[in-house]
Amino acid sequence: MTLNRRTFLQSTAATLAFPVAARHAFAADPIKIAGILDQSGGLDIYGQPMLACLELAVDDLNAAGGLLGRPVQLVKYDPQSNVQYYTQFATEAAVKEKVAAVFGNTTSAAREAMRPLLRRYQTPYFSPALYEGGVCDRNAFLTGSTPAQTIERLMPYALQHSGKKVYVIAADYNYGQISADWIKKYTRSSGGEVIATEFFPLDVTDFGTTIKKIQAAKPDLVVTVLVGGNHMSFYRQWAAAGMLGKIPMASTCFGVGNEHKVLRPAECEGILTAYGYMQELKTPENADFLNRLSAKFGDKTPYVNEMAAATWYAAMHWANGVKAAKTTDRMAVIKALEAGSVVNGPGGKSTLDAATHHCRMDVHLGQVKGGAFDVIQSFPQQPPSDTAAVCDLIKRPNENRQYVITAN
Amino acid sequence: MELLALTLLQVLNSIAGLALVSFGLAVIFGMMRVINLAHGEFIMLGGFATVFAHGMGVNIWIAMLVISPLAVGALGLVVERLIIRHLYGRMIDTMLATWGLSLLLIGLATTFFGNRVMGVSAPLGSFALGAYSVSWYEQVILIIVCLLYAAGYALLRFTRWGLMARATMQLPEMAASLGVARTRVFATTFTVGAALSGLAGGLLAPLAGVVPTMGAAYVAKAFITVITGGASVVVGSGISATLLSVVGTGATYLANPVIGDVALLAAAIVLLRLLPTGITGRIFKGYP
Repeated sequence: MTLNRRTFLQSTAATLAFPVAARHAFAADPIKIAGILDQSGGLDIYGQPMLACLELAVDDLNAAGGLLGRPVQLVKYDPQSNVQYYTQFATEAAVKEKVAAVFGNTTSAAREAMRPLLRRYQTPYFSPALYEGGVCDRNAFLTGSTPAQTIERLMPYALQHSGKKVYVIAADYNYGQISADWIKKYTRSSGGEVIATEFFPLDVTDFGTTIKKIQAAKPDLVVTVLVGGNHMSFYRQWAAAGMLGKIPMASTCFGVGNEHKVLRPAECEGILTAYGYMQELKTPENADFLNRLSAKFGDKTPYVNEMAAATWYAAMHWANGVKAAKTTDRMAVIKALEAGSVVNGPGGKSTLDAATHHCRMDVHLGQVKGGAFDVIQSFPQQPPSDTAAVCDLIKRPNENRQYVITAN
Repeated sequence: MELLALTLLQVLNSIAGLALVSFGLAVIFGMMRVINLAHGEFIMLGGFATVFAHGMGVNIWIAMLVISPLAVGALGLVVERLIIRHLYGRMIDTMLATWGLSLLLIGLATTFFGNRVMGVSAPLGSFALGAYSVSWYEQVILIIVCLLYAAGYALLRFTRWGLMARATMQLPEMAASLGVARTRVFATTFTVGAALSGLAGGLLAPLAGVVPTMGAAYVAKAFITVITGGASVVVGSGISATLLSVVGTGATYLANPVIGDVALLAAAIVLLRLLPTGITGRIFKGYP
């Protein structure tokens, strides 16, 4: 076939015209949403279960007949644990694919890279990762827990079952530092006292000195906010020094990186945590959720933690907004969600809060037992009081920032 | 009193840790002037070797002390034959080549072992020091490191093989003209260095999380230790590990781990400003 300018132009024009024609031909063309979650690189341990739950949510929606009579289609991006790719893919999803909503981020850095972009491109953004709190942006919805929601329940219980003197060891970046502030606040309000707080850069692997300092300080409780593979060394060295069980431990993030699956029971038995979701929850909704997940993924079914479950909740909240607004149009969906959205799911009830765009959620207190969480107690509808203290999108709808919340 | 003993023990343990991760690099960089940026990945592979061997039912001591050094030593031999031997005397080029190797090994480990943290529990349990509880395993590492350094010193100082190795490193042409098979000496030295890195990884596996990217946490400190130590492989690394650990651990005790690292680096800078060729460039000169 010879290709001259005329036939080239004709065929190009026909190709370009086709999707436009097709859009009119089929009324039920899909509603596209984007999932931007790390599937490779250092953070894939967080991103993979999150994407699995997002895929399940899309299946759930389509099984119920889709939205507005149209199927939902998930466009997947793998940002490879690299913040640069997050911005690139967020732009691509919004501009090229013109998706109705973007779901994703593992780290706060990734979220803050995408959030302003998606606001500029007028694409609703859902962030499911538990984080330090404070995001205030009408275009963004956050379905993960923030420190006030979990630590407020964790500390009174932990103090009651150990004693009043608390030693805090935390990762040296905003999540660790802000969490440490909240631990101090709720320790004090529970009648306890934080006797020392130590911060560790993420590359620290040798905790020998700290373990001896803790022993010398003789606290009643050690609270860890340690993050990542290097920091997992702490639990191992703590157990090797024979300290496990001698001083009780509580943590605000133990288990989100599947620490309790990697470490042996003898290295982490008894650690207390609190989350919006634990796979071990014994509710009919959770059993059904896990069944659907294993029916879909078979022996590749991931272990589901709060961040993964919150991704499912995020998609369901968005679907509520679309159903109520009867359109995927951005402002209509945002207004519909602000009018109220409730999702009953595997972790309990999640209620969208119009003032903060965060969620009231059921928080569950658990203790590591034999490599799994033993759910001790559940607290219904914990409010995101940290973000609520600084952010009010009803009064100031044009805000677009992340507050640094000081707890004290 | 007990607290003082506890602190002293911790300082000794920190020295042992730093000396352990530096020894393999000291042999490869100190003797052969090959800047091995894949040192951290050798440690990582040593860790994985122990984790997998132990997972397959091998006794943990055999996994750590035999399988890890053998596995990584074998890899070192292959690397020397395929890459490093073409680059002797070209220090900057070895840096580039081993950096590439480091990225390759991280990629391969991620692909085949998965990007997740693994590890084994520390054996032996703990003992009471008054009211305090201390890990036995860390004391075993301390003893092993002392034995390693003593053996390394004896080998280089008192044996015929050590003499040939040192001669080859100083003047390869002269050594070759006297009948030393220098390619074999180079290959052996690199293999031994790699095996020592593997041993370090194996011994660290019960204390740290073994993950494909773990090397980065060790390689910088190892380099600082070796360069501060200067020309003498064993004595230099031993002295600088001791000095830097005392400063670093002391600052960690008095302040926090960040200040501890800052103090360690500051000490290294001051030492190198005063003794540009390293500690053994001035004192203990000529000892192996």
